[in-house]
Amino acid sequence: MHKLTNKLKGNKLAQIILLVLYVLVTSLSLYLAQASVTAFLLLLFSLLLLYYTELPDRLKWVIAGVVLIGVIPFVSSTGPGYQSYMEVATVVGIYVAMALGLNIVVGLAGLLDLGFVAFFAIGAYTYGIFATGQAANFMPFGDFPLSGESFWIFILIGCFVAALFGVLLGIPVLRVKGDYLAIVTLGFGEIIRIVFNNLDKPVNITNGAMGLASVKPPEIFGYQFVYPNQFYFIVLAILLFVILAVRRFEYSRIGRSWKAVRENEIAAQSMGIHLVRTKLLAFAIGASFSGMMGVVFAAKQTFVDPTSFTLLESITILVMVILGGMGSVPGVILGAAVITILNLQVLTEVTNYLNQLSLNGVISFPEALAPAKMQRFIFGAILIVFAIYRPQGLIPAKNPVFDEESLKEGSKKHRKEQITVEPDKGFQA
Amino acid sequence: MSILTVSNLTKQFGGLVAVNSVDITVEKGSITAVIGPNGAGKTTFFNLITGVYQPDKGNVQLGSTSLIGKKPHDIARQGIARTFQNIRLFSNITVLENVMTGLHKQLRAGLVGTLFQTKTVREEEKRAQEEAYHWLEYVGLAKHLNEDAQNLSYGAQRRLEIARALATKPKLLLLDEPAAGMNPRETRELTEFIHRMREDLDVTIVLIEHDMKLVMEISEQIFVLDHGEKIAEGKPAEIRNNVKVIEAYLGKSAVTPA
Repeated sequence: MHKLTNKLKGNKLAQIILLVLYVLVTSLSLYLAQASVTAFLLLLFSLLLLYYTELPDRLKWVIAGVVLIGVIPFVSSTGPGYQSYMEVATVVGIYVAMALGLNIVVGLAGLLDLGFVAFFAIGAYTYGIFATGQAANFMPFGDFPLSGESFWIFILIGCFVAALFGVLLGIPVLRVKGDYLAIVTLGFGEIIRIVFNNLDKPVNITNGAMGLASVKPPEIFGYQFVYPNQFYFIVLAILLFVILAVRRFEYSRIGRSWKAVRENEIAAQSMGIHLVRTKLLAFAIGASFSGMMGVVFAAKQTFVDPTSFTLLESITILVMVILGGMGSVPGVILGAAVITILNLQVLTEVTNYLNQLSLNGVISFPEALAPAKMQRFIFGAILIVFAIYRPQGLIPAKNPVFDEESLKEGSKKHRKEQITVEPDKGFQA
Repeated sequence: MSILTVSNLTKQFGGLVAVNSVDITVEKGSITAVIGPNGAGKTTFFNLITGVYQPDKGNVQLGSTSLIGKKPHDIARQGIARTFQNIRLFSNITVLENVMTGLHKQLRAGLVGTLFQTKTVREEEKRAQEEAYHWLEYVGLAKHLNEDAQNLSYGAQRRLEIARALATKPKLLLLDEPAAGMNPRETRELTEFIHRMREDLDVTIVLIEHDMKLVMEISEQIFVLDHGEKIAEGKPAEIRNNVKVIEAYLGKSAVTPA
C-alpha cells in the first residue's frame, strides 16, 4: 500500500486516470443499480479524492464542476431515488454554506457562537413572510404574496438582513469573551426562535407556532423551481460564490486581522487593528452566508416554522466545523458533508434496515434505540473523540506558503527607498 | 524636541498605586531606559502609554496630541509600537503573516475590493508581502518566513516581535524587556541592533530592561521607578551613583554602611 501511494505521488497522469476510472465506476454503478445509496456516497467521495490529487488548482475546479453539474445530476436521474438524492445533495450544499459562515466566526476570528442558526432563521423568515400572504397583515401597501421572481432579489435581501442582525447582535455581545460569549450567543439563538414563535400577537408577523405555509417557489421567465433537482443548481451557484468569498477573505488583510484577533487580542490592537470592527465584520459576513441559505431553505421547503431553528441545529453546524477542522475551508466542507449525509442518509438507512429486520422477526429491536433518534448522542461522541484525538479536525487548516525567491527580489525595492540592510551582518543569533 | 511627554501620570489598582504621579519627557531620536526593581510599575507605565489601561490622573502626549481616552488601536495608528514582556505573537500563523499584520494600518483593502480581488488589492497584497519580507531580512529571520511563529526559538520570537512592531512604521518604539532570557552573546547583538535601528529608522526607543550592562551601554537617558514613583532620572553615569537608586535595588544598608 505504501509503495503504491509512493508510486502515485508525483505521477499526475496516473492520478487523473485513476480518478476518472473511479468516477466512471461509481457513476455507472449508480446509473445501473438504481437507488443504491452506497454508489451515491462513493460518487460524492470522488470529490474528496480529487482534493488529494496533485493536479493544478484550476483543473481541480473544472473537474469538480463537471462532477457536480454534469455527472451527479445525470447519473442519478434515471431511477426512483432521483429526487431523494438531489434532496440530500441540496441539503448538504445548504449546510456547507452555513458551516463556512460559522467557520469565519469560530475558526478564523475565534469567537464561539452557539446561536448561529438564528441567522438562518432570519433569512428564511425574510423570504417566508413576503412570499406568503403573511406580509399583508402588517404592510399597508403592496400586493402579497410577492411573485416567485422576487426570490432572486430576496437572496440578496436575506444576505443583508442577516448581516445587519449579525452586527446588531454583535454590538452588545462582543463585550464579553470566551465562555461568556458562547452563553450569550446561545441565548440570542433561542431568543430569535422564541420571538418568531410568539410574533403573531399583537400584529401577526410570523404566524407564530403555526408557521408560514405555501411559500412561493422561485420563478424565472415563467419557469418554476419546485423539485430538489432544480434547487440543487441554485444551491450550487450560491455555494460557489460562498467558497470563493471565504477563500479570498481568508488570505487578505481582513482575514489576517481575524486571525490576529483570534491569536492575541492585545497584540492585535497594538498593530492598529480595531477590535470591535473586526469582530463585527466576522459576525456579519458569517451571518450573511447563513441568511442567503435561509432564503433558499424557505423556498425549498415552502414552509417555515420555528421548530426548524432549534439549538440542536446550531450545535450541528458547530460539530461540522470542529469535525472538519476549524479555519480550514476544505475541512469544513468535508465536515458539513459528512454530518449531513450521516444525518439524512446513513442514520435513516440503518434505522430502516433494523426496522426491516425486526419486522421479519430476525431481531427484536426497540423503537427507542433507533439510530435516527440518537443524533445528539452521536454528535456528542464525535465532538469528544475529535477534541481528544484530533483537535485540528479531518483536514487541518493550512497556512499559506510564500515564495521566498520572488519576495527577495521584491524586497530590494523597499531597501533602496528606506535603509540599507546587510542581512549577514544583521541581528543574528 | 520632546516626542513623548508624560505628566502627573497615576494609576491605581484597588488600594495599590501602581504608577504614582510620574513625569517623564523623552527626546525625539533618543534611546531611553526605564528601570526599577520588580513590581516598580514599569510595565503598567507602558500599558498606560499604549492605552491598554486608562490612567486615573495625568496626561500622556505624543508630540502635540494627547493620548488620553484613546483606544490601543488608535494609539498604534498615532505611531507607537511595542513589544511585550511575555511575548505575544500570533502563534498559529506564519512568520511572514505576523509581520504583514503589522502593516495592517497602512493597507487599504476593504470588503468589496477583497471580494472582487481588484488589481489595486492584489498589488497592495504583493507589496505588503515584499515589505514584510524586507523587515524579516532586517532582523535576520528571512529564511523562517513560512514557519509558524510558535515554532521559532525564544530569541527569534523576540526578534519577530520587533520586526512586527517596526512594520507599523512607529515614531516611538517601546521595548518591554527585550533581552529577557537571552544569553550574553545575544544580548550584545541586541545592543548593537537597537543602536542600528535608531540610526536607520528615525525612531525613538524607550525600553524597560533589567540587564544593567545593556542599559548603561545603550541609553542616553534613564528613568528609575520604584513603588510606582519616579525616584531618579539622568544620564547613565549619574544613575549609577544615585543614592536612592542603590537603595531601591540593594536596600538601605547598602547606602549607609553600619
